[in-house]
Amino acid sequence: MEQEVSQQEAQQERRVADRDRPDVDLSAYGRELLHEMLWSMLLSRRFEEKCAEAYQMGRIGGFCHLYIGQEAVAVGAIRALRSDDYVFTAYRDHAQAIVRGITPRAVMAELFGRVDGCSGGAGGSMHMFGADVNFMGGHGIVGTHLPLAAGVGYAIRYRGGDQVVLCFFGDSVVNGGPFHEAFNMVAKWGLPVVYIVENNAYGMGTATDRVASVEQLVTRGHAYEEMHSERVDGQDVIAMYDAVTRAADRARDELRPTFLEAVTYRYLGHSMSDPAHGTYRTKEEVQRERQNDPIATLCDRLISQDLLSQEEYDRLDKAAIAASEDAAEFAENSPAPDASAIYENVYRDEYLGGLDRRDAWR
Amino acid sequence: MAVVTYREALNRALREEMERDDSVFLIGEEVGEYDGAYKVSKDLLDQFGEWRVRDTPIAENGFAGLGVGAAMAGLRPVVEFMTWNFALLAYDAIVNSAAKMLFMSGGQYNIPIVFRGPGGAALQLSAQHSQVPDPWYANIPGLKVCAPATPADALGLLKSAIRDADPVVFIEGELLYNVKGEVPDGEHLVPIGLADVKRVGDDVTIVAHSKMVQVALAAAEKLATDYEIEAEIVDLRSLRPLDTDTVITSVRKTNRAVVVQEGWPIAGIGAQVVDDIQREAFDDLDAPVARVSGLDVPMHYARPIEKMIVPSLDHVVNAVKHVCYLD
Ligand SMILES: Cc1ncc(C[n+]2csc(CCOP(=O)(O)OP(=O)(O)O)c2C)c(N)n1
Ligand SMILES: [Mg+2]
Repeated sequence: MEQEVSQQEAQQERRVADRDRPDVDLSAYGRELLHEMLWSMLLSRRFEEKCAEAYQMGRIGGFCHLYIGQEAVAVGAIRALRSDDYVFTAYRDHAQAIVRGITPRAVMAELFGRVDGCSGGAGGSMHMFGADVNFMGGHGIVGTHLPLAAGVGYAIRYRGGDQVVLCFFGDSVVNGGPFHEAFNMVAKWGLPVVYIVENNAYGMGTATDRVASVEQLVTRGHAYEEMHSERVDGQDVIAMYDAVTRAADRARDELRPTFLEAVTYRYLGHSMSDPAHGTYRTKEEVQRERQNDPIATLCDRLISQDLLSQEEYDRLDKAAIAASEDAAEFAENSPAPDASAIYENVYRDEYLGGLDRRDAWR
Repeated sequence: MAVVTYREALNRALREEMERDDSVFLIGEEVGEYDGAYKVSKDLLDQFGEWRVRDTPIAENGFAGLGVGAAMAGLRPVVEFMTWNFALLAYDAIVNSAAKMLFMSGGQYNIPIVFRGPGGAALQLSAQHSQVPDPWYANIPGLKVCAPATPADALGLLKSAIRDADPVVFIEGELLYNVKGEVPDGEHLVPIGLADVKRVGDDVTIVAHSKMVQVALAAAEKLATDYEIEAEIVDLRSLRPLDTDTVITSVRKTNRAVVVQEGWPIAGIGAQVVDDIQREAFDDLDAPVARVSGLDVPMHYARPIEKMIVPSLDHVVNAVKHVCYLD
């Protein structure tokens, strides 16, 4: 028992040690980009706070996994992409979808299961899609989308393009088969894919270090020789932006894939049906991690470097709250799909084969 | 008309479609330098190069998923499984990704992909290498499933499958690759979802697909010679969508039916066909419909037992005699 406690402490220290933020001059990034990133993080945060509220009111159903605490990972990474690049992620996908450019209205309407949802109300929380911004989902089976991202990378090289595929996934994925199958092919064939593991320290209620045979997940990438693997402070949006900028260049210029371990933390429960802490982690731990909030730290840095004023921050935050309110109102007023939608999109071609015969009396 | 093997017909389909459309590519274990484990992809690597004929690591989930992703980006992958037994490792990519993508994206991403390879028992390959995957895929909305019995259908259906906008599971017969048959010379397409009457007869309908069509044809000859029974053979060709109309039309004419499948009986393809017949042709039947299936056990290695498990000509003859009240 004592040994277990000290192991946990050691793990904590490792996580914190990764977060020594160099006091870099941020002005080189330009106010516009910095404010944009702050805005995106705030919008994600406020939007998901609204989601939690709507879930509790029964407006959102099913599994609903919130991203609160992890915003810097999605924002830093996606802002480093070009508009013709591609993005994949798992089921914790609201923030990625919004940051990539799907409107908060369309994401909220999807959460509400309405026709104006970005997947027409058929997908729900776990399956956000936006073909017009190359947002390729929204995948609910742990690890399933890593080979899919490799396939888009294959298609890019097949056609001689120079786009990049960004693929987010959770820490539990590194212990499964699809991770290694995808990494091996991507590395061997030089596919332009950037994989980002969002190491939020837990897969549901299982601490990562209880089930992974490596201390740092980045180690897993080192087995693939052509892959560049790197650990990043996932609570530092600037560090994420830099790492993905380098990774995208590496993919475009050298046809070399990258694996980034983003060290981050989820503040709330695994999904809306779980408490923030309980059997598997303590309240104190969550409180400690909240001290390292990605939005607050960016804000402090910007203000101390005269790149943001308190008024500007307040304005952005108000706008984020307003956009989230607007999204919820829009979703509320969007109709649920009509019964005629049941057989839509099962096939692109006409749905053939005895539909109205095998169960005609119902 | 040329006479070619089932294997050659599949090879021709791949070559023609790859020549016609440069977004079509083949990926799988041994498809390139080795010409395919069953030589279906012979000489394609030389003609099309390694980006279009891609040898993979032995990682079914990985390369099947890669195919799905490539299809999302607009390519038309043909994913070869060395046999369908190994595709169980890719079931997630096929069922959770390929079959669901169009639907869960609200119509934004269709998956024009073909998953193909041999299914069913060959000779003494025992429990893990002899399985019939048909109902595992026919059960899934979002997939189409083909199982051709002849070289001409293999050619025409594979070409249609490659052109299809949706994922197609294409189950070849491991023992059919050397079967010969006439194949039209020009462009030959067989629509997915259309059954075919392979032999005309008035006395009994035998419904079958894939290898069992060949068994049924042989049984029909014996029935004609020995019992003066003329069997009509309906080859389903596609298992999803299932062409119920052709089956019902035949049963209405013959008033008797035997449904043959190679795989296990419970929840098999034949169970669905019998359900369709009882619902739509109940009053036309002169006898309860009989089914012939593989026995409900894992495949044995010992040859005499293997022969007992896989449906044979004699089993089909006996079932026909039964529905004709001749036993
Ligand atoms: C193959 C599979 N097994 C189990 C589950 C159920 N499940 C959903 S999320 C999850 C935990 C995943 O944790 P992680 O990958 O770390 O992502 P996080 O939720 O922390 O973002 C589990 C076990 C699943 N969706 N897919
Ligand atoms: Mg996790």
